[in-house]
Amino acid sequence: MARKPSLEKAFLSGNEALARGAWQAGLKVACAYPGTPSTQILEALAEYPEVDVQWSVNEKTAFEVAYAAAVGGVRALFACKHVGLNVAMDPLMTAAYTGVNAGFVAVVCDDPQMHSSQNEQDTRWAGVYAKLPILEPSSPSEALDFIQHAFDISEQYDTPVIVRMTTRVCHSKEDVPCGGSRKEVPVRPLERNMRKYVMVPANARARHEEVEKRLLKLKALSERSRLNRIEMNSPSLGFITDSVSYLYLKEVFPDASYLKLGFLYPFCDEKIRKFAKSVKRLMVVEELDPFIEEHIKSLGISKVQGKHPSYRLGELDQDLVRSLAAGKPKKVKPRPGRAPRLCAGCPHWSIFSVLKKLDVFVAGDIGCYTLGTLPPTSALHTCLCMGAGVTFNEGLRRAHPEEKIVGLVGDSTFVHMGIPGLINAAYNKARGIIFILDNSTTAMTGGQQHPATGKTIRNEPTKRLDLKALCQACGADYVDVIDPQGKVKELEELVKQRLTADALSVIIVQHPCVLLK
Amino acid sequence: MMRKQDIYNITFGGIGGQGIITASELLGWAALYDGCCVKKSEVHGMSQRGGSVESHVRFGKQVYSPLVGVGQADFLVCFHPDEHARLKPFLRKGGIDLMPYLEKVQQIADNPRAVNTALMGVLATFLPIRSDSWEQAMQKVFKPSILEVNRQMFSRAMALVK
Repeated sequence: MARKPSLEKAFLSGNEALARGAWQAGLKVACAYPGTPSTQILEALAEYPEVDVQWSVNEKTAFEVAYAAAVGGVRALFACKHVGLNVAMDPLMTAAYTGVNAGFVAVVCDDPQMHSSQNEQDTRWAGVYAKLPILEPSSPSEALDFIQHAFDISEQYDTPVIVRMTTRVCHSKEDVPCGGSRKEVPVRPLERNMRKYVMVPANARARHEEVEKRLLKLKALSERSRLNRIEMNSPSLGFITDSVSYLYLKEVFPDASYLKLGFLYPFCDEKIRKFAKSVKRLMVVEELDPFIEEHIKSLGISKVQGKHPSYRLGELDQDLVRSLAAGKPKKVKPRPGRAPRLCAGCPHWSIFSVLKKLDVFVAGDIGCYTLGTLPPTSALHTCLCMGAGVTFNEGLRRAHPEEKIVGLVGDSTFVHMGIPGLINAAYNKARGIIFILDNSTTAMTGGQQHPATGKTIRNEPTKRLDLKALCQACGADYVDVIDPQGKVKELEELVKQRLTADALSVIIVQHPCVLLK
Repeated sequence: MMRKQDIYNITFGGIGGQGIITASELLGWAALYDGCCVKKSEVHGMSQRGGSVESHVRFGKQVYSPLVGVGQADFLVCFHPDEHARLKPFLRKGGIDLMPYLEKVQQIADNPRAVNTALMGVLATFLPIRSDSWEQAMQKVFKPSILEVNRQMFSRAMALVK
């Protein structure tokens, strides 16, 4: 079984391999806010001293800082999870117009099956919507390769490039050849090109024309790209596929023919037509939305078979691609596992015990504390998106001014997107309590630093955001800080007092996460 | 040792915090140092908060999918009795279930944190991976401060298998 590796190999995840590839491509600046399954991209990049890396306050900030570095003239990367891109959509949509100076890549990691997410949105549509190219690796080795290609495309075509991955690509590991060295890319001069970078209507109209022309050029590139690969085997069955679905199919149908799409968007229509003609039965296999399928149907290729709508939910695997190809609806034997819960000794237990006892309506947010919705506490009643714990307190109270309603948010999430909600509540004379569960880390994603911890991604000391002073400045009437350890009774008394006050209160419940070393 | 085959499929499972990811990491590196193609898949994030954790490792001449299919695992390495029923469907007919060894390794392990390495010692006796490759993998995966403890646990557990 011994097979000597020809190159230096390492056992890398998709995230680590992508980081390695970006480093090899001469990456200089990388920004992100943590989010499963994308978090380890920045953590891996932080190991390379040549790269200026940061945990940004949120995805919009991360996108803009990284993108501006590319506009300034160095290769830059932004990474996020699928829902993180929603936060960065504003800069993304117009960055498509302004283009780049040095290469810029946005790595977006989807989470089919929602292993650790609030929705299952399919980022491939973002390529169409923003008119940007999408590259899609299937494996860690491809992630290492494609990211380097993405920087070249970005510079050659003056465009941001989206690299889309999924949980199984990000978190799977494989033996990856990584003998390549870093290519230093010279810093490009700062351009004062106002027609390109000042998006007032007159300039933007001209840039939109460029975007449409660029899409046609990118389409031609997609046609000849080696990333869109035809593998001719038996002509009786052909699959058009992308991402990890390709690997599942190869396992189950080794003799079939394949058009494996790695340069996903713009589509390589001629290659698709050619492949369609060369096989008898043509199937599209993809996770989530029928993105490729609908496009192929729009080309008038009537023989293409897609999937039963039941496969739009969740991820695929070997067994599912077999049943999908047989035209059967999705059937998964449930294997109910142990539900996640707050850790033993987690500081969040105390506040949830108080909230449950007082029977208040809790507007929650995204983080470990979302688990407070599960038994035995069952004391969290909404969770929508980052920062909504703060704004839901206000909105729900506008519907029911007499109800006992509170908002609850974590320290990292509050800094990410809770602050505008608190200012809004103060400005618009809202009442209630906002709890900031401050465990001094971004716990759910594995413990990352953020502005209120006073440490950078590389654990270097930096300016620490003072949450208490910040909340006071936002306009909260009361701001209390309490360590709940051994003080549950005091915490309960404080909550009762603030609940009856005609005021906007913030209670910072402060105790470090038990998983912090 | 099993007969040599093209691909070995191993499914690991248990609950968050038991060292399942470290165990499958060790096997992955060992297979890589042995010159194999190797893939591993698991999920990080919310499930790690005390929930069910599952990891798959596949190695051999050529491996495509990072996941072990239902009924395809040659070995099932389960770290918690409560999770066994859930994971059992992965095991193929004639596959080897390491469940009977869990209690034995728990007896020889000085602390619960060493159980994962001990189970890997048991697994190693069934796999065609050279001891050199396991040693290299341990040096890669464990910090120097805990390397020796794990090395000893690994060999003591190997001796449990007759």
